[in-house]
Amino acid sequence: MSSRPSRAFPGRTLLIALYCVFTLAPIYWMVHMSMRSNEAITSTFSWLPESLSLANYIRIFTDPAWYGGYINSLIYVAINTLLSVGVALPAAYAFSRYSFLGDKHLFFWLLTNRMTPPAVFLLPFFQLYTAVGLMDTHLAVALAHMVFNVPLAVWILEGFMSAVPREIDETAYIDGYSFPRFFARIFLPLVKAGSGVTAFFCFMFSWVELLLARTLTSVDAKPIAATMTRTVSAAGMDWGTLAAAGVLTLLPGALVIWFVRKYIAKGFAMGRV
Amino acid sequence: MNGPKPVNQRAWWLVLPVLVSVAFSAIIPLMTVVNYSVQDILGPTQRVFVGMEWFREVLRDSELHGALLRQLVFSGAVLLIEMPLGVALALAMPQSGWRASLALVLFAMPLLIPWNVVGTIWQIFARPDIGMLGHALTQLGFDYNYAQHSMDAWITVLLMDVWHWTSLVALLAYAGLRSIPEAYYQAAAIDGASRWAVFRHIELPRLRSVLMIAVLLRFMDSFMIYTEPFVLTGGGPGTATTFLSQYLTQKAVGQFDLGPAAAFSLVYFLIILLVCFMLYSFMKDIDTRESP
Repeated sequence: MSSRPSRAFPGRTLLIALYCVFTLAPIYWMVHMSMRSNEAITSTFSWLPESLSLANYIRIFTDPAWYGGYINSLIYVAINTLLSVGVALPAAYAFSRYSFLGDKHLFFWLLTNRMTPPAVFLLPFFQLYTAVGLMDTHLAVALAHMVFNVPLAVWILEGFMSAVPREIDETAYIDGYSFPRFFARIFLPLVKAGSGVTAFFCFMFSWVELLLARTLTSVDAKPIAATMTRTVSAAGMDWGTLAAAGVLTLLPGALVIWFVRKYIAKGFAMGRV
Repeated sequence: MNGPKPVNQRAWWLVLPVLVSVAFSAIIPLMTVVNYSVQDILGPTQRVFVGMEWFREVLRDSELHGALLRQLVFSGAVLLIEMPLGVALALAMPQSGWRASLALVLFAMPLLIPWNVVGTIWQIFARPDIGMLGHALTQLGFDYNYAQHSMDAWITVLLMDVWHWTSLVALLAYAGLRSIPEAYYQAAAIDGASRWAVFRHIELPRLRSVLMIAVLLRFMDSFMIYTEPFVLTGGGPGTATTFLSQYLTQKAVGQFDLGPAAAFSLVYFLIILLVCFMLYSFMKDIDTRESP
């Protein structure tokens, strides 16, 4: 890269700085709450926590119902992300490269699966997964979440794949590449940014979904978000523990984006073929 | 782009896994809902066919009309704020190095918090007596109280949504920007194009497909928003922040009206479908009109 043309525009640093403050303020407040007792949270205002108490965190790490929730969520989210991206990659390639019978209708139909409030589907889902004997398994939640993650993954990946010139495919096929080899060796590296973002979004939407995950599980696969609703009890709300659990829900996703950041930031390098 | 795509029916094999996995969890439940919407369910085994009765009831419901209007205004505001802001952020974000990584992780954070926790945090965060935002606004002399004033409740819910979801637009647009080949920028620099011209004629057209996804996603998700306002304001004060899905849930869960609730959700689905299709056709249209 010899001459990088300037992409700056006036006020850009200010915009980023202001937005960072805006993003961090509620997160700071969550961390702040997580270190205080419930009495302190609900009675007095203070900019800084009075003490750096880790009691709320210790409760989460020592209670199997709490840390078990994290493990369950991580398991079904991981299964879901792998399956969603795995089935979406070839499909997105097909949509971006070929026309075939019903392609446009199918493409739009996929998205319609995201258009229903999940509350509507709770009872039918419960009946369906009970009938096939998958209730209270990680697989049930992972499969249920594919309803909204697969369409998302196909749509995002199709956008990125369509940006790759078709000549690249043609050249590779002329050079004697088979489809699977071409796809894995040449094409995938070109859509790294899209794949990274897609994997992150699948992870994210599955990680924060509560209604379906709670309906399809009872004990063995109970997700963390459902465990969190336990903090509402007759004695009132356990704000501190909820905030501490909230802080801990940030960590896995932050790790995921840390690992895919290289793919997202690099985009695709042209002229590799 | 470069000519029409080649016709290849074997591409169906590549799509098949997607079709099977989505259809398994989508078609059977959808059929169940359609089935409920035309029946009066009196008990587990007792049900009566009522035809269009529930649909008529739903369409005449004046509370529903109020909720629908609020919902449309809310989703419109969400799109008008989050789309331009997200794109601006994506353009302003550092392009490489540790600062880019930091910005990515930072911006991703609000997305990763379970929605019920988002509502709970904002519930405290915006309280005028014990929350940072409410406290700061009160100190500045505003008479702010989201639990009592409808306008304040509205602004708080909107601000929470902007905080929660603008990052999604920013991350998508950022990844889209990174996929633009360097050669395009170099060509523009040789032509002496202004920053605005680069944005208008290189970046914006190449971002179109990610922006379309972002618009559709933000529309759908904001139109179905439930958990966050439910936890934050409970729909109040009065019905000021009672959005469609909260009203639907009140019907389905609170009143056990399975039939009307199913009819309601089908109408709901059709509205989302219609608006999405309009947005999709509109943006596709720009695509064919402007590409060289």
